Amino acid sequence: MNISVNQLSYQFGKNAALNDVSFSLKAGFNILLGPNGAGKSTLFSLLTGLRKVTNGDISFNQQKMEKQRQSILSKIGVVFQENTLDLDLSIKQNLGYFASLHGLSEAKALANIEDVLTQLALNDRLNDKVRNLNGGHRRRVEIARSLLHEPTFLLLDEPTVGLDIASRKLILNFVRNYVKKRQSIVLWATHLLEEVETDDVLLLLINGEVKGFDRCHKLLTQHKMDNVSELFTNLTQAKGHK
Amino acid sequence: MYWRCFLGVLKREMLKFWQQRSRLLSALVRPLLWLFVFAAGFRSALGLSMIEPYESYILYEEYIVPGLAAMIILFNSMQSSLSMVYDREMGSMKVLLMSPFPREFLLCSKLIGNTLISAIQVYIFLLFALLVDVELSFLGYVYAFPVIFLLALFLGSIGLLLANNIKQLENFAGVMNFVIFPMFFLSSALYPLWKMREASEVLYWICQFNPFTSGVELLRYSFYEKFDAQYLVVVVCVTVICFIAAVRSFEPKGNKIKKVS
Repeated sequence: MNISVNQLSYQFGKNAALNDVSFSLKAGFNILLGPNGAGKSTLFSLLTGLRKVTNGDISFNQQKMEKQRQSILSKIGVVFQENTLDLDLSIKQNLGYFASLHGLSEAKALANIEDVLTQLALNDRLNDKVRNLNGGHRRRVEIARSLLHEPTFLLLDEPTVGLDIASRKLILNFVRNYVKKRQSIVLWATHLLEEVETDDVLLLLINGEVKGFDRCHKLLTQHKMDNVSELFTNLTQAKGHK
Repeated sequence: MYWRCFLGVLKREMLKFWQQRSRLLSALVRPLLWLFVFAAGFRSALGLSMIEPYESYILYEEYIVPGLAAMIILFNSMQSSLSMVYDREMGSMKVLLMSPFPREFLLCSKLIGNTLISAIQVYIFLLFALLVDVELSFLGYVYAFPVIFLLALFLGSIGLLLANNIKQLENFAGVMNFVIFPMFFLSSALYPLWKMREASEVLYWICQFNPFTSGVELLRYSFYEKFDAQYLVVVVCVTVICFIAAVRSFEPKGNKIKKVS
């Protein structure tokens, strides 16, 4: 089980967003760390098939995105950076809609994530309109929704941005525990250094290029740094990050 | 699997329509004003001769009912494409595009959802039309359904195409001025084309080539249990072309980089 990205490049007009990006992710919690504008969201839109891969290739379990997009999408759960819930519908209606987009019945999908809903404290609020939820709860719904079809790959693009510390912790801990139980591949994009643990696999993306890819503690040893903050500052400044 | 996805998209469109009940009201107010106020005022000014598909002289109210029904479908389709632009700006379009089902199927399901909403609005409007003595035969109401369906697909496809080419929500106002109004006024919705020809030969031919005219006439014919193959061909062809173009515009965009050796 892996996500493999090989020599991936992408540009908007003449501006390169990704330049020769290569990595291979295995089961576990993988962090994509990079400052704003590093190319994280572009990488996500390529990984999710929302943009077409024209230079390089992306494969999920040896299935190429260009050729087997539909099959791959059925195995991916995604939480985008921005809210993608329908504000006029209730939590349950949003979940039901998403389930149908994956060919699942609402009942089956809700049964799939019964535990998830309990852990995220959403069980009692299923009939609440999303518009009436705060930012933290909306994020929880998005995470629950991404797990409805029991995906093998979970991609989360800055899922905790704009949330308070308590909500951030709850979501981060939930996803970490979920990965341990399910042995799925998670790619968690963030620019928040405090979300990184030394045992995580860290993919450092700066100016559209991979500047480091290994277990966090190994990268620290390799660069002779004491913590992620120092490592991040060193790499972003030393390599001429604008 | 497919039918579950189809029903899910349909349900979401219906739920959203139900949540936005004011949309139904505003969709009906416009044509009802035309029917009860405009038509009453212009009844004497716009004397109508006997034309196909009518078998006798008719009042102006009767003439504009099919045009106003088509207007409802036109505005609902554009409203639906506006909501797609909104969905895209808000990000919820990504959820639809991330579905493992083919995009043409997803967009078609969305169009059909919009079509059913249009049909509901048109039939409610036709109930109001009874108040000005415009009553169709039972078969007229039945024959109208597939035409309403086709017309909504046709205008919905144009809406889809527009939705994906409008980059910002604010630009949608331009659609009103450059698409909806010209399409509506340069058609046979409000006046028969022979009237337009009396005023201007050029305008007459523009109206004649406007596919919305074919849609209005197809609907008018169906109200009287009649059928015109030429209008059907025009509407079907434009629908197919616009739908294919719309689906292509929803395909993921790439950006090939030229490598310098």
